[in-house]
Amino acid sequence: MRGIRNILIFMFLLFAAPSFAAGHSSTSDKIDVKKVIFEHVKDTYEWHITTVGEKHVAISLPIILYSNRTGWEIFWSSVFHEQESYKGFYISYMGDNEGKIVESDGNGGERRPLLDISITKTVLSVFISSLLLIVIVLFTARWYRRHDADDKAPRGFVGVMEMLITMVVDDVIKPNVGKNYKRYTPYLLTAFFFIFLNNLMGLLPIFPGGANVTGNIAVTFALALCTFIAVNFFGNKEYYKEIFWPDVPIFLKLPVPMMPIIELFGIFVKPFALTIRLFANILAGHTVVLAFVCIIFITMSVSKYIGTAMTFVSVVFTIFMNVLELLVAFIQAFVFTMLSSVFIGLSQPEHHENKH
Amino acid sequence: MSFLLPEAGLLFWMLIAFGVVFFILYKYGFPVITSMIDERKKFIDDALHNAKLANEKLAGIEEQSRQILEKANAEQVKILREAVVVRDNIIKEAHEKAEAESARIVATAREQIRQEKDEVLREIRAQVAELSLAIAEKVIRKELSDGNVCDEYMNTLLDEAFEAPKDKK
Repeated sequence: MRGIRNILIFMFLLFAAPSFAAGHSSTSDKIDVKKVIFEHVKDTYEWHITTVGEKHVAISLPIILYSNRTGWEIFWSSVFHEQESYKGFYISYMGDNEGKIVESDGNGGERRPLLDISITKTVLSVFISSLLLIVIVLFTARWYRRHDADDKAPRGFVGVMEMLITMVVDDVIKPNVGKNYKRYTPYLLTAFFFIFLNNLMGLLPIFPGGANVTGNIAVTFALALCTFIAVNFFGNKEYYKEIFWPDVPIFLKLPVPMMPIIELFGIFVKPFALTIRLFANILAGHTVVLAFVCIIFITMSVSKYIGTAMTFVSVVFTIFMNVLELLVAFIQAFVFTMLSSVFIGLSQPEHHENKH
Repeated sequence: MSFLLPEAGLLFWMLIAFGVVFFILYKYGFPVITSMIDERKKFIDDALHNAKLANEKLAGIEEQSRQILEKANAEQVKILREAVVVRDNIIKEAHEKAEAESARIVATAREQIRQEKDEVLREIRAQVAELSLAIAEKVIRKELSDGNVCDEYMNTLLDEAFEAPKDKK
């Protein structure tokens, strides 16, 4: 009985979606798919949740600016609902700074304020998932604090966390980092769970999820920067010797330091690879899911019948993509942690002399 | 290409947020969990090791008890065998003793019988001699009254008497 009811609800939703879409498409004839998708994956100054009729339901976020012209400015993003500009600041709608806050540069052009540390949608999402991550891990840690080593293994949520932690530590960190792995375990675990949680949050369709956090290059860049610090600030003497005076024939090092330049280049390529890999994977995932959803609206504007038929296809594909993204969410967190472990492991080489 | 340019403000907040998360989890989160997991792993390893040791010990004890049992069995068999030997010896000895005794008794009896027989014979002989004397007396007394017979008889006796020493030679 329950199965039949679920199917009926599913069918109802399928047929409700196109009628809703049809109503939407009547207001604006052509749908700019690229714009729709970009609006969803881009960082914005307010968190748009939905539109009921003509009314936008959005969370207003604080904008924090520093400009040479006005000094520090803090105001809510909702001011732009009533007026185009506020104290000379406005949101650019075209050009390089599209969607960003700009001010007039006095020559008829526009420029970004000197500093823009607004709490945007992505920042708020990062805060939310950070808080969630702290709560989750501290909740898990509380269990361990209250139990002894000879107690039974945890069950339920704590058990899942233990399984994940054990897997990351035993399969990723230990074999890749080497004998010093204990020092880097907290960082690598934090990175893993931070990315994994943000990826999962990004898959939720509505607030507090849905923001494209790990598909934003600034976020992945910050994470890669942390790995960069872990690799280069804590690398041992051997590591730097291999960079500046590697074990190669002398003519590769003098008079033109070819190998050292290549090695030096490698230092910066590694975090760059981390940044792009995570960013591109998650962004692509979000884009594909949104594109499948957009199929409904495109075909609906062509014909109601084709649209209804295509709705079914698109919903099936969207579900498939979401499940696939679930897998990708885990894999990308896993890969980021693994590559970071490998890079850290490379920064702790054993003594070469012993190997020969 | 605004997608490929990291936004400074977002980078700033991201570094702060991640830094705070990392600091808190580094201080209160993951080390507690990982050290506890390691501890539990060690505990399980120890427990397994101890169980193995105990098993080995138990196997040793079993072996020992089996050996003791075997020894006891062997001892029992040996004792039984010895007991059989002792019993046989006792019986044999008793037999021999009884035989010797019976032989002795028989011998004594035989000796006694012989002695008694001899005595009886002697007595019989004596009586026979007496009787023969008496008879001879009577015979002689009658014969002497009849002259011829007496002479004849006297002659035969004399012949015998003369012949007897010849036989002895």
